[in-house]
Amino acid sequence: MVSAPTMDSVIPKGSANDRLLPQGRLAGPMPWIVAIMIFLTVLACAAGIALGEGAAGMRDAVANRLTIQVTEADAARRDALVPRIRSAIARLPGVGRVTVAPQEELVRQLEPWLGADAAAAEIPIPALIDVDLSVEGQAGDATRAKVAEAVAAITPEARVEPHAAYIAPVAALVRTIGWIALAIVALMAVATSFVVVLAARGAHATHRGTIEVMHMLGATDGQVMRLFQRRMTRDISFGSIVGLVAAGAVILLVGRSIRLLAGDLMGSIALPWWGWVVLPILPIAFIGVAWFAARLTLQSALSRSL
Amino acid sequence: MTAIVQFENVGLRYGFGGETLSDLNFSLEQGSFYFLTGASGAGKTSLLKLLYLAQRPSRGAIHLFGTDIVTMARTRLPGFRRRIGVVFQDFRLVPHLSAYDNVALPLRIAGVSDAQLKTPVEEMLHWVGLTDRAHALPATLSGGEQQRVAIARAVIGRPELLVADEPTGNVDMEMANRLITLFEALNKLGTTIVVATHDFNLLGKVANARMMRLDEGKLVDPTGALRYPPRAPAAPDLPKW
Ligand SMILES: Nc1ncnc2c1ncn2[C@@H]1O[C@H](COP(=O)(O)OP(=O)(O)O)[C@@H](O)[C@H]1O
Ligand SMILES: [Mg+2]
Repeated sequence: MVSAPTMDSVIPKGSANDRLLPQGRLAGPMPWIVAIMIFLTVLACAAGIALGEGAAGMRDAVANRLTIQVTEADAARRDALVPRIRSAIARLPGVGRVTVAPQEELVRQLEPWLGADAAAAEIPIPALIDVDLSVEGQAGDATRAKVAEAVAAITPEARVEPHAAYIAPVAALVRTIGWIALAIVALMAVATSFVVVLAARGAHATHRGTIEVMHMLGATDGQVMRLFQRRMTRDISFGSIVGLVAAGAVILLVGRSIRLLAGDLMGSIALPWWGWVVLPILPIAFIGVAWFAARLTLQSALSRSL
Repeated sequence: MTAIVQFENVGLRYGFGGETLSDLNFSLEQGSFYFLTGASGAGKTSLLKLLYLAQRPSRGAIHLFGTDIVTMARTRLPGFRRRIGVVFQDFRLVPHLSAYDNVALPLRIAGVSDAQLKTPVEEMLHWVGLTDRAHALPATLSGGEQQRVAIARAVIGRPELLVADEPTGNVDMEMANRLITLFEALNKLGTTIVVATHDFNLLGKVANARMMRLDEGKLVDPTGALRYPPRAPAAPDLPKW
């Protein structure tokens, strides 16, 4: 007999040794469970990233906007107030574009509610002045305060509405959903590990007889483990790739639908470019976690035998 | 004479019952041939399990190859097991491996390459008369054929100690003689052999064989002095390993 090179020598690769454990590749539910887990995880992660971006986008889009509603009931007085307010605030530092919404447009928008002759009837319609601030943050807050002051100095019959106040709860909700999606990703990682642990235990139980014989013939735990790991790595990798590809396809399709349907708000919900970098890393991390879970499980199962 | 195996006050109990083996005191000489007899249930398999490191004793000391194996870390066991060949009473062939691959398994575990193990495995299969069945799965082999595969697998690595549990229980007289001749040939090469059997026909077939008898877990002839008269069969040609 040829003497053994080392105690823990790798059982040489080859068809005969791949048969040491029965069942060819992709047997059993394991690769498909991993595929489903990865699919759902990648989707949840994509949703988390996109919603987080969306919330930020929404705030950016409206944070620097405010609308002045001139609620003066008397049409003549109102029409006189608008240019005065407009020129007063346009002079303020930090104020960018100031636009008066055309009265005809407002009438047209109110038509469905008030009827075609709303304008003719003496129903008071407020004038709207849209203001874009050219500064952000604290300077923005200061400018908003100055605008409100300037308006109040001209008339009490006008209100200043910062858009951020409307959008804040929506943005917060969107962001919360995003966090929930990321929490789901973490839970999925845990669940995947458990599934892999169960699969590893099952594999150990199924092949207990073969493992015992190998031990009795002098196989080390390392040698036994390598046989399993080769299979597990193959199963897990296959599942991850299938799950990732399927999830990628869904993300592309959904993304396209959102862009086609999108209004201003929805439009900001999109996967940023770095999302496409993060998402493929996810299955790799999962493979790592699953691989370690499988290894630890087998190790402890093997060490319980003599 | 060097002792390859030493038992001192060894006892074995399974679970919470009484001792299956008790007060075993004996040593096996290196290069000797032993028969272990005893009625069914006497504890032969249990004693062999202690020998081939499938079981640790509940008490006492066992030295194998001069090393205390009772307290030995389990990570060191594989190295010792590779020096022992085992024919299990229930064969323990790997069911999804062919006869060829089963016989090759100990060599593969020891890291021998496929190219290097081809010749010894084929010669071994030829010796046990299974060349034609080399690629058959165990399930398609008869009991006797499975037993021969098990024996071929046990001796392929030229172990220092060969432990065989009822190795001729499923074969006819002629094949039993042939297998015992194989063990003898191996013995002449220096392997210490322990064969458990309740087949008294076998006992007279090996010159200089010693007999140990178990009765209800106790060794009846602990000195191993009982020697069967040599009926000296002609030494066969040795298979080339
Ligand atoms: N794994 C085990 N667990 C519990 N009892 C066992 C076990 N193996 C053997 N025994 C018991 O030990 C006794 C001896 O069995 P065994 O060593 O197989 O005897 P033999 O090989 O001489 O027929 C029997 O009574 C048997 O029931
Ligand atoms: Mg027995």
